[in-house]
Amino acid sequence: MTFGLGVSAIGQGLLWATLGLGLFLTFRILDFPDMTVEGTFPMGAAACVAAINNGINPIWATLIAIGVGMLCGLATGLLYTKGRIPILLAGILVMTAAYSVNLRIMHGRSNLTLLDKPSLLKLPIFAHSPMYFDSVFLGFTVIVILTLVLIYFLQTDLGQAFIATGDNEKMARSLGIKTDNMKIMGLMVSNGVIGLGGALVAQNDGYADVNMGIGVIVIALASIIIGEVAFGELTMNQRLVAVTLGSILYRFVLLIVLKLGFNTNDLKLFSSVVLALCMMVPVFRDMFNLKRVWKRGISTHD
Amino acid sequence: MTKPILELRHVVTKVNRNTPEELTLLKDLNLTINEGDFITILGSNGAGKSTLFNTIAGNLTIDSGDILLRGESIANESEERRTRFLSRVFQDPKLGTAPRMTVAENLLLATKRGEHRHLAPRHLNQHMAEFKEMTSGMGNGLNERLTTPTGSLSGGQRQALSFLMATLKKPDILLLDEHTAALDPKTSQELMTATNDRIIAQNLTCLMITHHLDDALKYGNRLIVISDGKITYDVSGEEKQQLTQEKLYSFFSDLQE
Repeated sequence: MTFGLGVSAIGQGLLWATLGLGLFLTFRILDFPDMTVEGTFPMGAAACVAAINNGINPIWATLIAIGVGMLCGLATGLLYTKGRIPILLAGILVMTAAYSVNLRIMHGRSNLTLLDKPSLLKLPIFAHSPMYFDSVFLGFTVIVILTLVLIYFLQTDLGQAFIATGDNEKMARSLGIKTDNMKIMGLMVSNGVIGLGGALVAQNDGYADVNMGIGVIVIALASIIIGEVAFGELTMNQRLVAVTLGSILYRFVLLIVLKLGFNTNDLKLFSSVVLALCMMVPVFRDMFNLKRVWKRGISTHD
Repeated sequence: MTKPILELRHVVTKVNRNTPEELTLLKDLNLTINEGDFITILGSNGAGKSTLFNTIAGNLTIDSGDILLRGESIANESEERRTRFLSRVFQDPKLGTAPRMTVAENLLLATKRGEHRHLAPRHLNQHMAEFKEMTSGMGNGLNERLTTPTGSLSGGQRQALSFLMATLKKPDILLLDEHTAALDPKTSQELMTATNDRIIAQNLTCLMITHHLDDALKYGNRLIVISDGKITYDVSGEEKQQLTQEKLYSFFSDLQE
């Protein structure tokens, strides 16, 4: 039983790691928080489930989810760069608008199930996998491909221009990099990946829900930050892998919280507490260092 | 025969247009820059030196007049587009380099200044030998730190790197905006010497803003003074070589009267 839960946590961690990887592009590389993800994630889920219900092959349905995610990113990118709306507000605008769009996609219902419809987890290659292992295999495959694609992309001339835009925009422009285009591209790719995450989670859970986006930015940030806190100084490629490991660790933290007797309604509170604690690690570290300095100050030097 | 590479004709640049705070920063400014000119620019604070650079680089748009590159107007070109032919080094060491990227990565970005960047692999390793050689010429240990993020370099190393990045792909016009001002006197002199050597070796056309009268007199073949949005003094060649600090001082005090 416990083994099953562990496997399930790894599977969940791998599927949700797509969110962390998507958000990494904006939060860590472009260096701004993109709230759009809270609208993109359910939109990817809704579009995928609606497409499958309309008889579309799950692979195509998943690609459609990536497409709608990219459109959300494009909308935020245009509001932010061309419309000069602050990024936080641009993201909130698109996220709010997405809520209505998601209800439209799901024909006015707040919940859309897959029931016995096909999904990526029911593909023939996963047919003989034991309980919960289907999500591990699917998540692992997607994460490996996605991580390799991102590693390749970030090492290209375009990827380097993208990194430079987030690192020093003024310098990037003075080298002829069109920073507005880089930001729009980053938001599109990031939200495309998050749309993919929505599609995967919806297929794993068997339904899409209009409220499933609430708090996902915290989950995505938790994967990024837990990975950073756990593994410390890393190269860019290692950091991408650390996001996935962070996402799996986070699922184990949630598992422990549930085992302690809290119920699923408390999870969002715990998600925020875990993220807040991880983000405050540098502060704690300074406090402990300070203590060591004090101790050294009063100790004798003989 | 030298020919003009960049011409500013009757350039007027305003900021805060159509607001009560509207200010005219460049007032009918005319300047012809010839190929191979190394021009030092003096002027008091607020005279319009940085505005001139921002106007040439395209950070500010002009209200009237024209800017010509080899006879073709570039007045409506964007800042990014102008980097095809122009590069600049800022005063603040933080502005010229990407702090989380390594020295080599920063240099690699600069090799493609003004070009389209595609989804092609960057081939960083193929450039390492070239970068090593180039950075060792700066004589400040930059060559030992090619794989270090630039955020952990000293200010002097960062400015030397910014300067290399600006000249790595030969620009038609190089703008140096007090690029040694934030450094200590010794580092500042070292960078100034390296700058001068490279400008002469590459026969670059360069405009350099400075507050050091010595540097303005010692370097370059031409010196201009900007005051109140106009060029009020312009000497070159023999005449510049005979210019002394005293003459410049008296000129400045005349201006202030």
